[in-house]
Formats: sequence, C-alpha cells, structure tokens
Amino acid sequence: MEIGLNHYLVLSTILFTIGLVGVMRRKNLLLLFFATEILLNSVNIAFAAISHYYGDLTGQMFAFFVIAIAASEVAVGLGLLIVWFKRHGNINLDTMSSMRG
Amino acid sequence: MFEAIAFYLFAFLTIAMFYITVTTSQALYALTALAAGMIFISAFFFILGADFLGAVQIIVYTGAVMAIYAFGMMFFDTTRDVKEKQGNKFIIVGLSTFAAILVVLIFAVPMISTNMTAFYPVVEAAGNTQNVGMVLFTKYLIPFEVAAVMLLVAMVAGIVLAGKKMDLSLTLMSGDEVEEMKKNQDKRIIS
Repeated sequence: MEIGLNHYLVLSTILFTIGLVGVMRRKNLLLLFFATEILLNSVNIAFAAISHYYGDLTGQMFAFFVIAIAASEVAVGLGLLIVWFKRHGNINLDTMSSMRG
Repeated sequence: MFEAIAFYLFAFLTIAMFYITVTTSQALYALTALAAGMIFISAFFFILGADFLGAVQIIVYTGAVMAIYAFGMMFFDTTRDVKEKQGNKFIIVGLSTFAAILVVLIFAVPMISTNMTAFYPVVEAAGNTQNVGMVLFTKYLIPFEVAAVMLLVAMVAGIVLAGKKMDLSLTLMSGDEVEEMKKNQDKRIIS
C-alpha cells in the first residue's frame, strides 16, 4: 500500500486536533505550552510531507522557521511564567484575572 | 511496504504519546511523553527524506526545548496533581476536530485544485542537507538572519525575566545575610 500526501495530512489533522483539545481543557499554563508544541509539530509534519510530494524545498524552509519560533517562544514564555510564579505562587489560568474581564 | 509499516507504527506511537500529554494529570508524565512524541515525529521527517529537518527536530526539540521545560519545571510545584477544566467534552472535541479540519482544508484545497509547480525544486544530484543549504543561504538568507536576531532577542529576554536575583547565592551568603534577605522578602508587596 502506497503512503500518499493524504495520509500525512490526515495524521497532521489528528495531531492538530489533539493539540487543540489540550489547549481547550488545560488549566495549568505549563501544560498549555505543551499543547502548543503539539500544534506546531503537527504543522511541521504537513510542511515536510507537502515539500516531499511536490519536490519543493519551501516547505522544509518554513518548518525550520517554525522550529526557530517555537524555541524562542519557549524561552520567553517560560521566563514570563517563572516571573508570574514568583509573584503569585501558582500558574493556574483561572487566577489570572487581574483585568476583571 | 516498509514505508507503510513505518508510517502506521510511528503514527500510532505519536498519537498515543501526544494523547498522554494532553490527558495525564501529572506534569512529569506529560513532559516525558511529549519528548518521546518529538522523537517519533522526527521519524516522519526521515521517512519523507528530510534528513536535516529530522536531525534539527531531535536536537532542538528534544535537546533544547525539553531541557528548558525540565529546567523550568524545577521552579514550579509539579508534584501536585493538575486540575482540569470541567467542560462539556463533546463540545471541546467536536470544536477541535472542526477547527483542525478547517485549517487543513484552508491550506490544502488551493494546493490540490491548482497545478502547483515547485519554486525551488530539489536537485537530484545533491543530498538533502546540501539542498537545504543551497536554498536557505540564497533565497531565504534574510529570513534566516532575522530568525537569528529573533533567537538572540528571545535569549536576552529569557535571561532578563528568569535571571532576576540569580546573582544572589544562598550557599555563599552568611547566616545573617540570609535572614536579612528573608525579612526584606516578607516586606515586599505581593501584587
């Protein structure tokens, strides 16, 4: 059985769904970050598959930039999270309501 | 044949690992499952012939990002069980599936309906790493430099945010100094 582009796109959709479920149901901000990593990785799979099946390298380039953005996002996000934890003692999403929205 | 076996095996493993990541109530399980899932994802890149991307995935994600997360988890109280939002599960799963399919359709339909031609086609004589280098350092040189500056800014931001009071070392201070620091901490306004 031949594995085609559709297989990879379906897999990417499934992983993206898992990531979105994680984003919606997590309250802990650290685990929310994990879910966003899943989202970025599922998109990377789709980029690499399209790049392979169309014989074009642009998809791989964008996957590289997505990885770079993910790395910098982790650095800044975790720094902010540490500052928040030092001040409030927890990283629960529901307690971040200082703007009274 | 082997490609199909490898694809289904790694697809199952990746989905299982990421499912554990989003459903477990222990942060350490989530971290290790996520690291394993990243490794399994690099297998797809190797199957697809993107060797350099697979190596970068292993080095950057499981080497750097997971190490930063493990380092950051030392600051947080991770032994406590994580509480979940109590919402309607069917609505959450249904909305997520709908959104994911929508995103894939938005990007995939224009590609399938029109005859797409390769902007930067793969040179058959060169390997994958050489191809990546040729395209990255000619067509994508400016985005590459901008990404480098962005990583530098992120590094400085991470140091400034997380490194506050890291010049103070509790092991090198005398007992009186530690006591004084504790008093000052109590006086600090917690906002």
